[in-house]
Amino acid sequence: MEPIIEMKHLSKTFGDGNSQVAALRDVNIAVEKGEIFGIIGLSGAGKSTLVRCINLLERPDEGEVLFHGKNLMAMSEKELRAQRKKITMIFQHFNLLDQRTSLENVCFPLELVGTPKKEAKKRAMELLETVGLPDKANAYPVQLSGGQKQRIAIARALATNPEVLLCDEATSALDPKTTRETLRLLQDINKNLGVTVIIITHDMKVIEEICGRVAILNHGVVAEIGKVEDVFSMPKTEAGRRLVYPDGLPAELLPKTKVIRVAFNGGTAYQPLIASLAIDCGVKVNILGADTRNIDGKAFGTMLLGLPEDETEAANALAYITSQKDITVEEVPNYHA
Amino acid sequence: MLESLTAFFESLGVSKAAEQVEFLLDPSNIPFAIWETLYAPLIATVLAYVIGLPLGILLVTGEEGGIRPLPKGVMSVLNTVINLLRSIPFLILMVMVFPLSRLILGTAIGTTATIVPLTVAAAPYVARLVEASLREMDRGVIEAAQSMGCSTWQIITKVLLPECKPSLINGATNATITILGYGAMAGNIGGGGLGAISLMRGYGRSQTLVLYVAVIILVILVQVIQSIGTALCVKTDKRITKNSKKGE
Ligand SMILES: Nc1ncnc2c1ncn2[C@@H]1O[C@H](COP(=O)(O)OP(=O)(O)OP(=O)(O)O)[C@@H](O)[C@H]1O
Ligand SMILES: [Mg+2]
Repeated sequence: MEPIIEMKHLSKTFGDGNSQVAALRDVNIAVEKGEIFGIIGLSGAGKSTLVRCINLLERPDEGEVLFHGKNLMAMSEKELRAQRKKITMIFQHFNLLDQRTSLENVCFPLELVGTPKKEAKKRAMELLETVGLPDKANAYPVQLSGGQKQRIAIARALATNPEVLLCDEATSALDPKTTRETLRLLQDINKNLGVTVIIITHDMKVIEEICGRVAILNHGVVAEIGKVEDVFSMPKTEAGRRLVYPDGLPAELLPKTKVIRVAFNGGTAYQPLIASLAIDCGVKVNILGADTRNIDGKAFGTMLLGLPEDETEAANALAYITSQKDITVEEVPNYHA
Repeated sequence: MLESLTAFFESLGVSKAAEQVEFLLDPSNIPFAIWETLYAPLIATVLAYVIGLPLGILLVTGEEGGIRPLPKGVMSVLNTVINLLRSIPFLILMVMVFPLSRLILGTAIGTTATIVPLTVAAAPYVARLVEASLREMDRGVIEAAQSMGCSTWQIITKVLLPECKPSLINGATNATITILGYGAMAGNIGGGGLGAISLMRGYGRSQTLVLYVAVIILVILVQVIQSIGTALCVKTDKRITKNSKKGE
């Protein structure tokens, strides 16, 4: 598959002096022709900045945006305007023209290219059929629901036969049912018209519903990129985990480490043990549970410790703890089961 | 008719009633005054829009972050000139543009001559009104237009102006009424109309009856213009649904 859109080393910084925000940092993404590609990230991750860089509503400070291998950034304004008819966009707040009917809204991009009125109307009616709202042709946006407005916006975006459709939080203002219907429509458009779709969202469900591949954007950096099922089933990065499991990792995904039970028999207090372990061995252990008492600065009781994943580190830690006075150590075999 | 009206006003304690009633009933006086009151301000309003509308558009599109930013220097000159003209009181401005009126029209006296100072005073006001209307425009909609490959000119003519039409009509109503008020003041420099009548006769010759009649007609004219403006605005605004229109 050839890439239809390639973002290469995109960087964008807003503001100057102390208030600088690096919205994008060396972003590299290749979107293939015909796919539905998702870009997900928390609020402020730079998602909107990134899509706006694709059609150059925002000009990146550095890097290139290639469309069919041609650098959009090197084009004259006129050439760029022509390309924008091939890379259209829909928005969270629909951005319809309030003073025009649905039909006139869909006609708008056709007027821009000088399509004769009658022909434009005919094409617009066809598009309203495609999005399932032919009966709303003469309604003004104020008379439409959010879901209907987004359908009109989709029809408008399709008027110039685009190859790529950019969707910036296109379903974020819609309820779950309308969201699903809108996503279904985007999927149909992708399948039937062969339009490549790029979806920006902070909602995992949207990605899971219709995207083939996904990129996780974190503080302006692409943290992970790949097939949705791969990235979402086993996120490799901290940013990915935070997004996929906002309430913490489920037990089965916790790293399978060796767990030991340490019994304190009135020797070293346990806090200094954990601290000195970090200082002397450079090893951090997880305290999984503890039932200890300090009596006159002496520790009694037991504690469960998770050793590091790394085997040499685990061995070092074990050796260090075993060498302490008044401590007995035993392995807990089936802790994870 | 003449006698009975005169007697009626005399009974109300109006002095010099006969002379005033005669003036008011003469068909060549009041209707002509109304015509004079309207024509110079209306022509001035149109001319003020010819100058002020493009300036108002420039104020919005040319600013930093606008759809076609202009050099900072150009913008600050434009803003300063507009502020300067707006801060000069109309009576003083009128006297200051005498030479300009003479240059353009050959005279600085008379109703037609007031068109020049009215236009000079109104154009910067109109520019600000237009600017305020266009600023109501949702940035997202402009962005959507840009994402469809709109040129700057297309954004102005197909998005900004049509989408802001109701607000622009409101502004034009305000402008017309304000300029009408300025026009009444122009009675001072030999302009005609209801303003001149109320000043010269009503105030100057203590013809209170004439004064009240002239002022009442002015008030009615303003009301009519305002009603027409509001009706046009509501009719064009598609953001107002049929039901809420009926409810008004
Ligand atoms: N025009 C701008 N001027 C200054 N800073 C900006 C501008 N646009 C975006 N930023 C900053 O860049 C960062 C990324 O913003 P962006 O809108 O791309 O985030 P996002 O991922 O779309 O967030 P959200 O989910 O809230 O829409 C934010 O810190 C934001 O404050
Ligand atoms: Mg955003």
